[in-house]
Amino acid sequence: MSSTKYILGIFDDPDDLMHGIDKLQKNSVPIYDVYSPCPIHGIDAKLGIKDSRLGYAAFMFGCLGGSIMFSMVYYMLTHDWPMNIGGKNFFPIPNFVPVTFEWTVLWTSFGMTFTFFFATHLFPGRAPRVMDLRATNDKFVIAIDAKGNTPHADITDILKEAGAVEVKHNDRKYVSYE
Amino acid sequence: MSTHNSFDEQFEFTGKVKTLSLAAIAIGVITIVIGFLMDGERTFANLLLMGYYFACVCMAGVFFCALQYVSQAGWSASLLRVPQAFGKVLPIAGIILLVIIVAGLSLTHNTDIEGKQVVAPYLYKLWAIKGVTVPGNANYNAIIAGKSGYLNETFYLIRMVGYLAAYSFFGWLLNKYSETEDELGTVFYYSKSFTVSAAFLVIFGFTTPLFSFDVIMSLEAHWFSTMFGWYNFAAMWVSCLSIITLTLIYLRQGGYMKWVTQDHLHSLGQLMFGFSIFWTYVWFAQFLLVYYANIPEESVYFLRRWEPEFKPWFWLNIVINFLAPLLIIMSRDSKRSTTVLKATCIILICGHWLDYFVMIMPGTVGPQKEWYLEIGPIELGVFAGFAGLFVFLVMNALSRFKSTIPKNHPFLQESLHHHI
Repeated sequence: MSSTKYILGIFDDPDDLMHGIDKLQKNSVPIYDVYSPCPIHGIDAKLGIKDSRLGYAAFMFGCLGGSIMFSMVYYMLTHDWPMNIGGKNFFPIPNFVPVTFEWTVLWTSFGMTFTFFFATHLFPGRAPRVMDLRATNDKFVIAIDAKGNTPHADITDILKEAGAVEVKHNDRKYVSYE
Repeated sequence: MSTHNSFDEQFEFTGKVKTLSLAAIAIGVITIVIGFLMDGERTFANLLLMGYYFACVCMAGVFFCALQYVSQAGWSASLLRVPQAFGKVLPIAGIILLVIIVAGLSLTHNTDIEGKQVVAPYLYKLWAIKGVTVPGNANYNAIIAGKSGYLNETFYLIRMVGYLAAYSFFGWLLNKYSETEDELGTVFYYSKSFTVSAAFLVIFGFTTPLFSFDVIMSLEAHWFSTMFGWYNFAAMWVSCLSIITLTLIYLRQGGYMKWVTQDHLHSLGQLMFGFSIFWTYVWFAQFLLVYYANIPEESVYFLRRWEPEFKPWFWLNIVINFLAPLLIIMSRDSKRSTTVLKATCIILICGHWLDYFVMIMPGTVGPQKEWYLEIGPIELGVFAGFAGLFVFLVMNALSRFKSTIPKNHPFLQESLHHHI
């Protein structure tokens, strides 16, 4: 029993990588993930990755920010301490719009950013978890969960045949833990 | 990605579309004739509305092309023929608008200005009436006399001809370069288009606010707003984007331009969505400043639109131009659905008609008896006539192109592989 946890096929060229994905899928080898230093067109559809739901989170944060600010201005300027500003009534909705708008935008952007950080386990100061450091530079990597995916030699052959410049059998998932 | 596109495909303008557009033109002509017999001022106001709308959509088409060249956008290269066709129609639209304005300025009728019975021109009665600048005359108005250095018929008409000729010239130039590029296949004409577009955008940016000040804002010459130009620009840009999108959807349904994919429509949908929000932003910026400052000479504009006859239309304007696009095409899926996008385009096209309606009618025709009588057969008939005329002229212009794609555009491949 080998101690291999992940098999990594390392490619020089994104086209070869796409080709490799096709070959693996044809041979019913499940792909754990693909790492690339740049976006590759059509890869989401090929890997069957669902559309991001970040937009819904952004919308919700926008609604929340807008409601909070509107209630706050309402409480301050209409309910708690009504003030006569320029002869307007005590509940001048048009005057509340700019600040509500700004908070909607602010909460949308911050909310979206932090949701993204949360979902991707990424925030300032965090050592990123990378399976092969060169995937952040000039190499394209397909990762295959070795457990249950046997025989490993066959997978290596498929990757080599598709044009992988190197196939690694890693004993640990991530290499970047300090 | 289909690889079997014929780049020599030529658009043929025949069949049902041609019949229907001609029928709509006929309806428009009949409405105008009957309208003059019934209510000349209302007909003239409607003619001005549609003439302005028509010219604005065509010049925004030239603006679209110029913007793509200056930003060196690749995604739009394969659909450029549609806005280029708008640019081809612009000279005709300009002449129609000029004819309407000249007729409106020179024909007179009995009307009342601020409760006084006078003989005034059909359009721009506040500043174009005889004797308005002559002290002691019954029609003398000190405020208008003070503005007469800018607002007088001669200078006004010179400006109008200037704007429309300049925009038409640039539209013609960009079309010529694009067609020559197709034949010769060098990148030389692309760089030339870039330079010309940059010059056009500067001229367009500085003169469109003035164009809208002249055509629309001077109808209520006592009132002014510096936001008005951008407000009108936003309206023209959103309506032009909607019409480009709608044209593309119909062309695709008719079997043309198969290379225009859901991704291109998605991008156009994003622009429509974004600029609808921009329209609201500018609309509200104008409103808030007037509301907050509360100076009588400024708030008179909104006071007129606050009359019970116009209030429902005033509110509907915001609902269909802001809330409708906001709620309908915010999500990605709805921008990628042809049906939803088509419905949104139609809503926005009607919405910006209503937008212009709310800008023009209260200051010219004034309130009718009831709010629901504001939009009657004259409005609908003139709208139908101009819509038919637009479809007829644009489709005709499109059929004049040797190919419905600029086949030697340097970014064509990027556009054909556009994917988001």
